[in-house]
Amino acid sequence: MEHKKIILGHGSGAGLTHKLISEVFAQTFKINHLDDACKISDKMVISTDSYVVNPLFFPGGDIGKLSVSGTINDVAMSGARPTFLVAGFIIEEGFEISALQKIVCSMQKTAQQAGVQIIAGDTKVVEKGKGDGIYISTTGVGILGDGDELSVNRIQVGDKLVVNGTLGDHAVAIINARDRLELDPPPMSDCCALNNLVQAMLKSAEVKFLRDLTRGGLATILNEVIENSDVGIIISEELLPIKQSVSAVCGLLGLDPLYLANEGKLVGFVSEDERLLDEMKKHNCARDAAIIGEVTDEVKGVYLRTTVGSLRPLPILNSDPLPRIC
Amino acid sequence: MDLSKYRHPELVSNIVDKLARWKEPVKFMEVCGSHTMAIGQWGLRKLLPDSIKLISGPGCPVCVTPSCVIDALFSLEGVTIATFGDLLHVPGSRGTLADARANGLDVRLVYSSLEALELSKERETIFVGIGFETTIPGIAQTIQIAKKENLSGFSVLPIFKTIPPALDALLSSEEVDIDGLILPGHVSVIIGWKVYSFIPRKYGTSCVVAGFEPLDIMVAIERLINQIETNSPRVDNEYTRVVTPDGNLKAQEFMQQVLQPTDTYWRGLGLIPNSGLKIRDEYARFDAAKKYDITLDFGKNEDNINCRCADVLKGKLTPPQCPLFKTECHPHNPLGPCMVSSEGSCAAYYKYET
Amino acid sequence: MCIAIPGKLIKKEEDKGIVDLGGITKEISLAFIPQAVENDWILIHTGFGLEIISETEAQNTIEILQEAYHSDPIQK
Repeated sequence: MEHKKIILGHGSGAGLTHKLISEVFAQTFKINHLDDACKISDKMVISTDSYVVNPLFFPGGDIGKLSVSGTINDVAMSGARPTFLVAGFIIEEGFEISALQKIVCSMQKTAQQAGVQIIAGDTKVVEKGKGDGIYISTTGVGILGDGDELSVNRIQVGDKLVVNGTLGDHAVAIINARDRLELDPPPMSDCCALNNLVQAMLKSAEVKFLRDLTRGGLATILNEVIENSDVGIIISEELLPIKQSVSAVCGLLGLDPLYLANEGKLVGFVSEDERLLDEMKKHNCARDAAIIGEVTDEVKGVYLRTTVGSLRPLPILNSDPLPRIC
Repeated sequence: MDLSKYRHPELVSNIVDKLARWKEPVKFMEVCGSHTMAIGQWGLRKLLPDSIKLISGPGCPVCVTPSCVIDALFSLEGVTIATFGDLLHVPGSRGTLADARANGLDVRLVYSSLEALELSKERETIFVGIGFETTIPGIAQTIQIAKKENLSGFSVLPIFKTIPPALDALLSSEEVDIDGLILPGHVSVIIGWKVYSFIPRKYGTSCVVAGFEPLDIMVAIERLINQIETNSPRVDNEYTRVVTPDGNLKAQEFMQQVLQPTDTYWRGLGLIPNSGLKIRDEYARFDAAKKYDITLDFGKNEDNINCRCADVLKGKLTPPQCPLFKTECHPHNPLGPCMVSSEGSCAAYYKYET
Repeated sequence: MCIAIPGKLIKKEEDKGIVDLGGITKEISLAFIPQAVENDWILIHTGFGLEIISETEAQNTIEILQEAYHSDPIQK
């Protein structure tokens, strides 16, 4: 169906988003290659992202923490060391300044812990009713090291897939907070900056490619990664780290954790290395790191080997998975 | 509760091995959309021999909801629509409820009718009453609470449907040729399994009530084969841990107090007598159809002329046999209800079957 | 067409209860299962408990299947 107006599904990170970006933005800006971060010189990468979340404060984080860690992660996935961020704020008339202060302090704390500086910004105020409290946009730059560039073209059959921890945490935290499911204790978002983890991974194994697992979840991201290649991916259901509480909420709402957003998780395509998991688990954000599958020429596309031994395809969905009762 | 027992690979593969020896072609229909999803999610179709074909039936409340319901909601103003997420992307002639939201209609997704009741304390709220017997008692109870607490801002648009009359209509059609039914586990929790006794008696069709774990479904298929092998069609209950012969009488009581049978229209199947439920007169002020004067025009033919959803819902075609499947009709551009609903046959095939 | 999941009833107050879904808890209506008691496993759908899950039946199902592991295969 052709939509004449933007619907929420266009922001889901799934099929509708891809269509919008490709038809409206990429074509007009003449961008041939779409990626989260872009090289602007031999050694420098840049990335930008905008942050819209409801509620603004949620268990495990807030829009401030999200806006800093999210862009740090986009830069970090290229292998670059994030150095500076700039931030833009669109604030709704009537927004409590004390809430704004909390958000800004959260941004500073997240940036400091990650070793990144916020060096510039801009603020606009819109009339009451014309903004959802606050929207934040951040742009980050990072410096590449001397090692091999991370690239999808380096991925080959036999490479392993590693994730740094449990899947679906952020989406479930937001759904519970926003939809007032009143789960107790409230599920926590996994929002965190991954740049230090990435640098440790680069030093301890041959890492070919990294992606953070944001909108669309693991299944969507894996499809994007191998979109233009001849290889396939098989991940094993038994190896996937998923919290029991996340499984329960997904069961309740008819959601699949493989398609849910994370804000502190990455997937790495790596040559097999015994040291990698040990190194990763030294970091707080990777205590549940696990090898979950491999790149293969047995299949084309992304597949899940289920607990019962069957092979199930994991295609890209059209839009955000919605809670369902049936 | 340890569900891993019902996902035990060795127990599943034991049944797979036994079924592999079955040579006679048979067609089993899984009535329920959640079974279609579970079969897809666990990759069970591929574990079966070629002789055993699974066909998806009409037990997808979104798939069988006519688009005039969406059109009717689209026209409303000054009211909040509370709905289960299942309905958000169903197209009407003017667009979906998601499009209506983009146009300014206040559409809220809820997990429970009780959430809609809470919303109605602040604003006029219509809860879209979609669902089968699993879901209906909860909505009926919510209407009773609304009456007791005099929450006049709350109403329900009743588009409920019931399963046994639909199965009767389906099986009585000459176009439909099914050897066995995998009966809906959670509907049966409410209505019991004795209500299906007419099926083997009237049609000679084998029946098993099944749960939703991989082992539940594989055992149900094995039991259907056993019934066919011994020529003893009957209603068998695999889901004994929650399904009883008479069902949940308390839940049925709530339904009967608030609702009464009515004829209703199933997209793809047409009008089926006494297969719907409407709100009784004593609860009329909570009936959104009366409160907002909503008339549903079922006569309009809403589907693409080449859409074969009706045949898919009857089990006459599998989705890949529809000429529109994956060519013009896919989740990004669903032309019929079976592709729109995430548990519709075509959507499930698109997602889970290569 | 109806997804429902199991939860353990850990607290009951008249016709409402708190169920443990696996590390997190949620309040549900027990209107259809007034006979439910704490520690019962409940089948939950859209905020309502639909039925008490019989653990005896659940165990029976698994035991039968485990015995059938060695039973005769289908002949046809």
